[in-house]
Amino acid sequence: MSILRKALTTAALATALIATGAHAETKRIALVVKALGIGFFEAANKGAEEAAKELGDVEIIYTGPTDTTAEGQIEVINSLIAQGVDAIAVSANDPDALVPALKKAMDRGITVISWDSGVAKDGRMMHLNPSSSALIGNTIIKLAADHMDAPGDVAILSATSTSTNQNTWIEEAKKVLPNYPNVNLVATVYGDDLADKSYREAQGLIQTYPNLKAIIAPTTVGILAASQAVTDAGKIGAINVTGLGLPSEMAGAVESGATISFAIWNPIDLGYAATMLAYNIANGAKAEPGAEIPMGRMGSAKLDDNNEAAMSDPFTYDKSNIEQFKSIF
Amino acid sequence: MSDASHTPRIIPDRLTSPLTRALRSWEALLVVVAVAVFIANSIASPYFLDAWNLSDATFNFTEKAMIAFAMAMLIIAGEIDLSVASIIALASTAMGIVMTAGFGTPAIVATGIGVGVLCGALNGFFVARLGLPSIVVTIGTMSLFRGISYIVLGDQAFTGYPDSFAYFGQGYVWWVFSFELVLFAALALGFYVLLHRTNFGRSVYAIGNNPMAALFSGIRVNRVRFILFLLTGLMSGIAAVCLTSRLGSTRPSIATGMELEVVTMVVLGGVNILGGSGTIPGVVLAAVIMGLVTFGFGLLNVPGIVMSIFLGLLLIGVIAVPRLIARMRR
Repeated sequence: MSILRKALTTAALATALIATGAHAETKRIALVVKALGIGFFEAANKGAEEAAKELGDVEIIYTGPTDTTAEGQIEVINSLIAQGVDAIAVSANDPDALVPALKKAMDRGITVISWDSGVAKDGRMMHLNPSSSALIGNTIIKLAADHMDAPGDVAILSATSTSTNQNTWIEEAKKVLPNYPNVNLVATVYGDDLADKSYREAQGLIQTYPNLKAIIAPTTVGILAASQAVTDAGKIGAINVTGLGLPSEMAGAVESGATISFAIWNPIDLGYAATMLAYNIANGAKAEPGAEIPMGRMGSAKLDDNNEAAMSDPFTYDKSNIEQFKSIF
Repeated sequence: MSDASHTPRIIPDRLTSPLTRALRSWEALLVVVAVAVFIANSIASPYFLDAWNLSDATFNFTEKAMIAFAMAMLIIAGEIDLSVASIIALASTAMGIVMTAGFGTPAIVATGIGVGVLCGALNGFFVARLGLPSIVVTIGTMSLFRGISYIVLGDQAFTGYPDSFAYFGQGYVWWVFSFELVLFAALALGFYVLLHRTNFGRSVYAIGNNPMAALFSGIRVNRVRFILFLLTGLMSGIAAVCLTSRLGSTRPSIATGMELEVVTMVVLGGVNILGGSGTIPGVVLAAVIMGLVTFGFGLLNVPGIVMSIFLGLLLIGVIAVPRLIARMRR
C-alpha cells in the first residue's frame, strides 16, 4: 500500500512541478496534419516553425495520425484538448467527422481553424484555402504569357470535361485573357487525368497547331504528359508546357527546358500563414465575414461569407528553386 | 520401501493454490502493465490525472473493445472475423440511408444493429452451414461490405443526423461517465457471464480445443459457431451506432483498419490466436492498456508511428516473455 501511495505522491508532485512550468505566457499552437511522414506537411511544419520564430512567444506542436483516418485525427484532437492547447490548425481527413470533436475543442476555449483541406463550417472558426479559383486562373495564363515575346497560339490540356475544379479555373482564366494580348487561346482538350490519353491529346495539339507556343495543363497528370509529348516531338524551346504540377514530378521537365516554369501552392507558406492566423485569432482577432486577419509576410486574409479565405497566388517553381522543392513534395 | 506405506499420501486436487495461480496468470501481468502505464503517464504529463481527460481517453478503446469481446469468443472457438470494420461501414451507411429517408433516432439505431446482425448471419452461414474457412470468408465479406458502402456513397457523406442520435457517441450518463463507457462496462459484464458462467461458454472452449471431440460429446458445434458470428455482427452493429453518433456523419472509409486493432486487443488480452483459451477480463485489461498508451503518448505529442511501434513491441513482449520464461525453466 505504502509503495502505491509513494508512487502517487511522486506523481502528484511531478504534476505540480510540470504544471507550474507550463504556465508561461507562450501560446501553444497545434498543427494537425492528415498523417505524419508526408513531405507536403513536413514542409508546412517548416513554415509553422518560421512563424513561431518570428512571433517569439509561440510553441508549435506538429502532430497527426499514422494513417489518413478521421478516427485517428479525433484521437489526436482529444489529446490536444486534454493538454489545453491555445489553438488547433487542422488539415482534415474528413470535413464532417471531425466536427463534433472540434466543436468540443471550441467549447473549451480553444481557437480552431482549418487549412488546406477544410472542415465543415460548424467545426472551425475559419478556413484558409491555399489559393482561389480566380488567382489560379490568372496565374496559369500569366505563366504562359511571361515567356512569349510575340503573339502565338496557346492550348489548354485539362482533366475531364466534368472536373469541377479544372472547369472553374479555366473559366476564370478565360476572363483574364484580354489582359494578355499575346495569348491566343485556340483549343481546350481533355486528357481525363490519364497519362496515356493526356499524352495523345498533347501530341494532337502539337500536330494540329503549328504556331503553338504554349500548352497549359491545370492538372498534375496533364502537365507531366504534355511535357513528355513536347520532349518526344523535339519541340523543347518552341513549345512551353506550363500549368499546375508537383515539383517532384516536374523536376526533369524543368531541367530539360520543356517546362520553363509551373505553379502550385507552397506548403511552407501555407503552414506559416495558418500559424499566423491561429495566433492572431487566439489573441483576440475576430473571425467573421468581411474581417481581415493579418498573416505576417503573406499579407492578410480576407474572410468571405463562409469564413473562408484564400492565401495567395499559386507559388511559381522554375530552375531557381526546383532543386529545393523536389524533395519536399 | 516399507516406510513409504506408513506416510499418508496426499493427492492434490489442483497443482497450485488459487492465489498463486491468479498471481501467475496473464491477467496479473496485464494488471501490472496497466498500473505501470498509468503511473508513467501520470508522471510524464500534468494533464493525465484529470477526470474529464481520462473520460475523453476512454473513447479511444470503447467501440473497439465492444467488438473485441465477441471476437475473443470467436477466436477462442478457433474462428476469426476480419470483416468487423467493414460491417461498421455498411451498418453506418444503412443508418445514413434511413436517416435521409426521414426516420428518427429509434429507426436509425435499429437499422444499424439490424444490418450488423444480418452481416454476421451471412458470415455465419458461409462458415457454419457451408463449412468454409472463416478467414477466407471474412476476407471476402470485408471487401464486399465496404464495397457496397463505396457504391452507395462514393466520395459523398451522410450528414445531418438528428440531435437525439448524438447521445450514443457523445452523451454522458452521469458526470464523466459517457454512454459508451457505461455500455462498455455492461457488455464486459454480460460477456464475462456468457463465456465463464454458462454452458454455452464452456462449449466455446470445447470447440476451440477440439471441435471433433466437442461434436461427439453432444455439442452442436455449427450452431454455436453460427451464434458466435451473429454475436460479432451484433456487436459490430452496436459499435457502428456509437461511432457514427460520435462522428456525426458517415463516410465509406469509416473505421478503416479497425479489424486489426480489435484482433490486437484480443491477442494482447491473452486469448490464444489458435483457439481454446482466453478470458474476458484479459480483453478488458488489454483494451484499457491500449487506450491509456494511445492517450498518454498523445498527451506527450509522440508521433503516431512511435505509438504503433510501442504497441507492436508490447504485443510481442507479452506473448514472448511468458514463453521464454517457460523455456528457461525447462
